[in-house]
Amino acid sequence: MSVRTANILVVTLITVINLLIAFVISGVFVWSVGEDPLFALETLLYGAFGYDEGIGYTLYYTTNFIFTGLAFAVGFHCRLFNIGAEGQAYIGGLGVGLVCLWWGDWPTVLVFPLAVLAAVVLGGIWGAIPGYLQAKRGSHVVITTIMFNFIASVLMVYLLVNVLIQPGQMSPESREFGQGGFLPAMHEILAPLGIEITPTPLNFTFFWALFCAFLVWRFVWHTRWGYELRTVGANETAAVYGGISVTRNTILAMAICGGLAGFVGINELMGFNHRILLNFQFGYGFTGIAVSLIGRNHPFGILLAALLFGILYQGGAELDLEMEFVDRNMIVLIQGLVILFAGALENLFRPQIEAFVKQLGSKNQTRTVAAA
Amino acid sequence: MPAAIELIGISKHFGAVQANHDVNLTVKSGTIHGIIGENGAGKSTLMSILYGFYQADAGEIRVQGKALKIHSAHDAIESGIGMVHQHFMLVDTFTVLENVVLGVESGFQLDRSLENARQELLRLEREYRLEVDADALIQDLPVGLQQRVEILKALYRGVDILILDEPTGVLTPQEADDLFHILSELRSQGKTVILITHKLREIMAVTDHVSVMRQGKMVAHRLTSETNQEELAELMVGRKVLLRVDKAPAHPGEPVLAVEHLSVRDEAGVERVKDVSFEVRAGEIIGVAGVSGNGQTELLEVITGIRPLQQGRLRLNGTEITPEAHADGARLRELGLAHVPEDRQRMGLVSTFEAAENIILGYHRDPKYNGLIEMNRKQIIAEAQREMAAYDVRPANPLLRSSLFSGGNQQKLVVAREMERDPSLLVVGQPTRGVDIGAIEFIHRRILAMRDAGKAVLLVSVELDEILSLSDRILVMFSGRLMGEIPVAEADERAIGLLMAGVQQEAA
Repeated sequence: MSVRTANILVVTLITVINLLIAFVISGVFVWSVGEDPLFALETLLYGAFGYDEGIGYTLYYTTNFIFTGLAFAVGFHCRLFNIGAEGQAYIGGLGVGLVCLWWGDWPTVLVFPLAVLAAVVLGGIWGAIPGYLQAKRGSHVVITTIMFNFIASVLMVYLLVNVLIQPGQMSPESREFGQGGFLPAMHEILAPLGIEITPTPLNFTFFWALFCAFLVWRFVWHTRWGYELRTVGANETAAVYGGISVTRNTILAMAICGGLAGFVGINELMGFNHRILLNFQFGYGFTGIAVSLIGRNHPFGILLAALLFGILYQGGAELDLEMEFVDRNMIVLIQGLVILFAGALENLFRPQIEAFVKQLGSKNQTRTVAAA
Repeated sequence: MPAAIELIGISKHFGAVQANHDVNLTVKSGTIHGIIGENGAGKSTLMSILYGFYQADAGEIRVQGKALKIHSAHDAIESGIGMVHQHFMLVDTFTVLENVVLGVESGFQLDRSLENARQELLRLEREYRLEVDADALIQDLPVGLQQRVEILKALYRGVDILILDEPTGVLTPQEADDLFHILSELRSQGKTVILITHKLREIMAVTDHVSVMRQGKMVAHRLTSETNQEELAELMVGRKVLLRVDKAPAHPGEPVLAVEHLSVRDEAGVERVKDVSFEVRAGEIIGVAGVSGNGQTELLEVITGIRPLQQGRLRLNGTEITPEAHADGARLRELGLAHVPEDRQRMGLVSTFEAAENIILGYHRDPKYNGLIEMNRKQIIAEAQREMAAYDVRPANPLLRSSLFSGGNQQKLVVAREMERDPSLLVVGQPTRGVDIGAIEFIHRRILAMRDAGKAVLLVSVELDEILSLSDRILVMFSGRLMGEIPVAEADERAIGLLMAGVQQEAA
């Protein structure tokens, strides 16, 4: 067994075991309120996968988590703790919305690239400002990005209540986009292929999210810009030694984070709501931190972790409906336990698992030698 | 009379690494016993076991004939063993007296224990001729005196056996001589001293017995009077080594680097480099000697673009660099600079990167490593493979994490990267710090080969032997100033040592 496979095996085992523990403890809580934990698990999985509508919702949530997970991961590789995906998604979404309101009567093929650009620019700026403040003024991004979440939040309330609100309406929402601002939903995409599924919010953005994960992977590990970014993250002194600008890369990394977070707006607004509304990004930005950490900040891991949280979101809603004593709070508790064990306590069992894999490796080796 | 210390069959491993393997050592009472070996030979591990930092996997420790279990530094001191660490364990803002008493105060009232301690301290200072002002703040004392305080601390705790771990690394040659006098004084008072070092000269100068370690094993015990440097070097490395570097006379050409009136202030506003001017010509090696911390680091950082130029100017291959026109590492590399930094762990390498990624650090924008968008990984790995083979980096695996290489091999990786880019100016800081003798020999030969190929070389080192054996001209730095320039033919250790201590030749 090569070092690489051994590492992958260790990482996989750690994640799986931590998730199992989180679920077992969740089960104890479910049992303690007088419900059957196994039935709860069954309900959760059925809600997420049991019927095509469930699957649609699961993947719809997954799409958002992919974006916010990536938005944390890129910063992480530059040693920046981006807590601001929430605000970046909100402002990036504003850009998406404005594009769709202005050019909604154009064809979607033209509106989509414009909306992507707007999400990148506005979300990017919302990320780059804290990046600039850290690089030039020494204000830590953890603090500034949290502040920028609040600024984004009040700014959006102001805009929706006073500027963007559809005249003659009570709720703070914009008017509906023109048809060009509607991304095709999954059931519309699949219908021409002869596949009939129940309509859900799942839409074209899902594919865009997969593509972004691919792009992030190639960018971070296979381009000279990614190389510089990782060098700054791993060793700032060595970066300066190598003629790599810490300032430039800090700002660049935060801008990329913000741009990726902004795509939540594409999924939520262009994909489903078709108007700008309050708090469409609610919670996705923060959960993205957990998604990225559980996915070990690698795009492939983030895809899996995003799916896990998609399942918890959708399956959790099903639990809420089906079980008398399990409500919304219980689901937040379960999510919290997953974050606690798979994120914060990830190294709890590492020594044991590493020893186990090592033993496995040496056994394999003796077997190979014996065979030879 | 029983031996002061007997170690019998000591073994210790860390993971897969056998740091000590069945080590036996007998240290006679009232002697100075040297332990010599390359970095990573297991000297420090062995002493850490004796001082209670680690527990041996197997083996027995006997102190004054009694078998003991030593679980902590406290146990060690109880049984009469004291240690002076390479990096001093002193509180800078406390006085000498306060530092000596720290941890062994008698009773609640500090005033009274300080007063008692003062009498005892003065008695020790007289008895061992270790004069230090008891009320001076540590931060105001030169390192040589700080080391005395460390020794006084151990004596105050009543130890009979004193371990010194690489004590001369931060000292000028004169300060080192003072230290050796102190050690002899301690011996004449019946104390036992264990001196850990990798410098052969010190072993010959001061010890009675010497034990040699190699790869975790004790390979030889000798009476110092019956051995010599060549034999010890061979025992340390396991093969014959050339201690002297053979070199042809230099043929200096045009100036490649000119430094004019360079001054550097650090972040706190303290002037670290003061009005320094010199030239480095093609085909010569300029050595900058000096005790660590006298402005060499800052000088190097400005010349290599890591620190912005504040005052003065540089000319590299005809291009002016001024405070207004700053050049960073990338720009300087375009102008022909290569830089082997003083601290490879912190600056020269990204330890979490694989070797191949480190072999392009600073040169990663070179078109030959890049396609239109993505880097050409195959090319980079091939290049790494070639350079690692040429510079004998072991293991020659470009995909291995850099932190998994030994110190010597990490340094060879950095040296390979910087020398293979055909620079016109090579700036080298502490090229052999923490590097084993075999690799030192290799790196020295490479630096000379660069000179003979017509490159200008600027070498900064705190190892005087290294400066003397490689340089064509020697500059000495003290407290940020250049104290003088000496052609190597006229250089001797004493003259340089005086300049390193800030004594001008006229005054001497």
